[in-house]
Amino acid sequence: MVESARQATGTSPPPVSFETHPSRYRHWTLEVAGRTATLTLNVAEDGGIRPGYQLKLNSYDLGVDIELYDALQRIRFEHPTVGAVLITSGKERIFCSGANIFMLGVSSHAWKVNFCKFTNETRNGMEDSSAHSGLRFLAACNGTTAGGGYELALACDEIVLIDDRSSAVSLPEVPLLGVLPGTGGLTRLTDKRRVRRDRADVFCTTVEGVRGQRALEWRLVDALAKPQAFQATVRERATALAAGSDRPAEATGIALPPLARTDDAEGFRYRHVEVRLDAAARRADITVRAPAAPPPGTLEAVLAAGASWWPLEMARELDDAILQLRSNHLDCGTWVLKTSGDAQHVLGVDAALVAHGANWFVREVIGQLRRTLARLDVSSRSLFALIEPGSCFAGTLLELALAADRTYMLHVAADAGGPALCSSEANFGLYPAVHGRTRLDARFYGEAGPLADVRATLGLKLDCTTADRLGLVTSAPDSLDWADEIRIALEERRTLSPDALTGMEANLRFGPGETQETRIFGRLSAWQNWIFIRPNAVGEAGALKVFGSGRKAQFNWDRI
Amino acid sequence: MDISYSDSIPNNVELASDKVLQRALEHWQPQFRAWWGEMGPEGSSAYDVYLRTAVSVDRAGWAQFGYVKMPDYRWGIFLNPAEPDRKIAFGAHRGEPVWQEVPGEYRANLRRIIVTQGDTEPASVEQQRHLGLTCPSMYDLRNLFQVNVEEGRHLWAMVYLLHRFFGRDGREEAEALLGRRSGDVDNPRILGAFNEPTPDWLSFFMFTFFTDRDGKFQLSALAESAFDPLARTTRFMLTEEGHHMFVGRNGIRRIIDRTVEIMTRERTDDPRRLRALGVIDLPTIQRYLNFHSSVTVDLFGADLSSNAATFYTTGLKGRFREEHIGDDHVLRDAAYPVLELADGALRGREAPALNALNERLRDDFVRDSVAGVDAWNSALEKRGIELRLRVPHKAFNRQIGPLAGIKVSPDGRVISAADWEANVRDWLPTAEDREYVQSLMGRVIAPGQFANWISPPASGINGQPLDCEYVRFG
Repeated sequence: MVESARQATGTSPPPVSFETHPSRYRHWTLEVAGRTATLTLNVAEDGGIRPGYQLKLNSYDLGVDIELYDALQRIRFEHPTVGAVLITSGKERIFCSGANIFMLGVSSHAWKVNFCKFTNETRNGMEDSSAHSGLRFLAACNGTTAGGGYELALACDEIVLIDDRSSAVSLPEVPLLGVLPGTGGLTRLTDKRRVRRDRADVFCTTVEGVRGQRALEWRLVDALAKPQAFQATVRERATALAAGSDRPAEATGIALPPLARTDDAEGFRYRHVEVRLDAAARRADITVRAPAAPPPGTLEAVLAAGASWWPLEMARELDDAILQLRSNHLDCGTWVLKTSGDAQHVLGVDAALVAHGANWFVREVIGQLRRTLARLDVSSRSLFALIEPGSCFAGTLLELALAADRTYMLHVAADAGGPALCSSEANFGLYPAVHGRTRLDARFYGEAGPLADVRATLGLKLDCTTADRLGLVTSAPDSLDWADEIRIALEERRTLSPDALTGMEANLRFGPGETQETRIFGRLSAWQNWIFIRPNAVGEAGALKVFGSGRKAQFNWDRI
Repeated sequence: MDISYSDSIPNNVELASDKVLQRALEHWQPQFRAWWGEMGPEGSSAYDVYLRTAVSVDRAGWAQFGYVKMPDYRWGIFLNPAEPDRKIAFGAHRGEPVWQEVPGEYRANLRRIIVTQGDTEPASVEQQRHLGLTCPSMYDLRNLFQVNVEEGRHLWAMVYLLHRFFGRDGREEAEALLGRRSGDVDNPRILGAFNEPTPDWLSFFMFTFFTDRDGKFQLSALAESAFDPLARTTRFMLTEEGHHMFVGRNGIRRIIDRTVEIMTRERTDDPRRLRALGVIDLPTIQRYLNFHSSVTVDLFGADLSSNAATFYTTGLKGRFREEHIGDDHVLRDAAYPVLELADGALRGREAPALNALNERLRDDFVRDSVAGVDAWNSALEKRGIELRLRVPHKAFNRQIGPLAGIKVSPDGRVISAADWEANVRDWLPTAEDREYVQSLMGRVIAPGQFANWISPPASGINGQPLDCEYVRFG
């Protein structure tokens, strides 16, 4: 098993790194021509991120998807004039056959779940960019489009399927593997493409999938093209998509340099984000620091700052920190969220974000923040925010507290050196969470009164009494109680069943009103993960385990 | 529609009383005729051809000779007689009674197997449709047409299974078999090799020698199937496949005979002189052999295949002569060697036998090919010619599987790209070779006459003389 091999062999595989660069891609190529970027998948069979499987038939593993994620980031920031992204394959007669089954077969449960989560986030990120940043996506399915391959296509705005009487789109997970299409396939069929549910039932139980005219009639694809017309058709449609984009016709990209990360005995740190690990307590303290100096206010200064502009650099660092913790520190079940620095500087950043939101770069930075915060929402870790003296939970950084499962604020008056928190315009619309609403709105279930009360304090420093009264904190222990209260709360938390916590937290975070994204994650966390640990999938004779061996799966036929 | 089924469609599947099959065929048969008109042998529809027709599966009925216009050929539906109490011979269902209906669980895989096999049948007719215009004799023209109509019948056999056992899906797939076109970029046949042209008669004979031999091995593996109608259908098809390989084996043999005759007469083995004398030199034959052998070897698929393993375990597709193999017929813990590249050389590596079933069938095929080529070599030896034709190593010129990127010489040495470039003209047909062979392709249709580059056969068809008018152009 990929993860448990670590214990078994005593040799740790290298930790997963989520940083790469187009010059180092092994599986994708990124080409930009005019308003269209083309991402071509040509998976290197022997290029798996872990040993033990071959990436045949353009199937992918975490390493392949890390490159896709990086490429999307490059397009967002380094290629601002790109309006449409064409995703296709460099292999003949195969677009993508989805997640590599042998990889799933040898992976631990945690690895599978983490992998699915990351791939889901990347695809949600594509839809996020389409909805908010004018970046449109076209899947040019030049051959067999199966499982996760079709799910990747589903995440695009349009799907063009080659009509060669052979190539089909399919979601064969249920009949072939005894698991679900776990990367949003089921949900997007209904929520996004509105495929009639009886047809979706047939489609998802048909190994060979659906091709040609029927795929079009069933809304599984948007267009068909004969092989000779295929290239021209997808180019034309990509051009049309790009023409509808409001990304700039002319702009200079902002190069994304590698993150400045250092590791030490206590954890790892970046310029603005520090992670301290307490292995014994299975806890990570994540501290986000405000800009050290007043941030740039004019658009020119913001553009000149580029990748080192605080909100972008901080968000990229926090994003990477979340991914590191999720992949490489599985048992670190509690994340304590802290901030430090001058709240005024954070509010200054927010002012620039709001004032210049029409600019492509500022818009992309807001998107980066939105997606990073959304990653927090779907992380299966207990999130506790601690609001202490010297902290700066203001505006954008207040979102960390609002994302947390619990928020503790030290009860000391502001004029006596106590902490404060502060809302800004950013909290009222820049960062809708995966449920589609702002975290404030969701906190108060959309009730007008409490929201208006908070809004009335916009830009004001709120001390613990006010914050508590407004419903923004869970508990406000005074300085005599603080240390014990926090210690006990954290100690208690870490003794609870990690599985029960994951389920409980997700239930409470998403609240009433589903969106496609919450449905995708909810179903991944509940149904798929249940199926992933059942013997019918992963027992010695489970469908996922025996796939490809020629052995027949043995099921326990009881319906549960 | 009023069809007298047993007259126009000879069969032993009780077509006259099978409403499901009748409904499907009413729709499909006109489409098949239209396809034959469009894609069958070019310009041949008015010819009276001396053909063999199967009207039943017994000794007297399976080979009835007579003159017939090909569009009126009675394509029939025949299954070998049922073996009473036949049991499944391999896989997880070993020992259980064979299936007379498609198990729902295996519907998709069985359909896929049948469609893939079925697609090759019309494909080869399409690939060969222009050859009649350059035939080396009336005898060969008739053999070509015989092969063509029997490929058509093999299509019928697969379509029967789709119609009878796969419902609406089956009817749609049967229609699609007539919809695809060999070599049409927009609408290709399923397997790559069946989209390559068959441009000349040397290629045709090589195709029938090698690629129809692939057919033999695929059909043999399906003849073991737990799905009894598939097993019985393919068993009957194998009797016809034998004739196709005969056409290839004897066609090449006659070309060799003619070349050797001239070599002996002129006391030369110089290809240039032999070409000037209008025959095909042996090195050119070797290069064509290398090409067709390697393309066909690819048809067996990847050396390690999870599909092959699944097909075996679930009883859909067995091994060549399954029941004659002395093992447990389950193969759960068995191993089989596959080739891999290690330290710059090919070496065998033990792999799970279940996953290596394609490789095993490929090895069976290569052995059979070698035996066929050895028969030609005996002829060379008898005539005092030292040169021997060789079946190239199975890793030579591969386009599918892990050997695809590796350059291997015909004798199995791993070589550099530069070595490959330096020698490939000696190993695979060159543009000049193809041009030369093409230049020989005239049209010889006087009864008893043969093109200069090929000897007459030892005997005619069905005891008829060599100068029989096998094709009456009308």
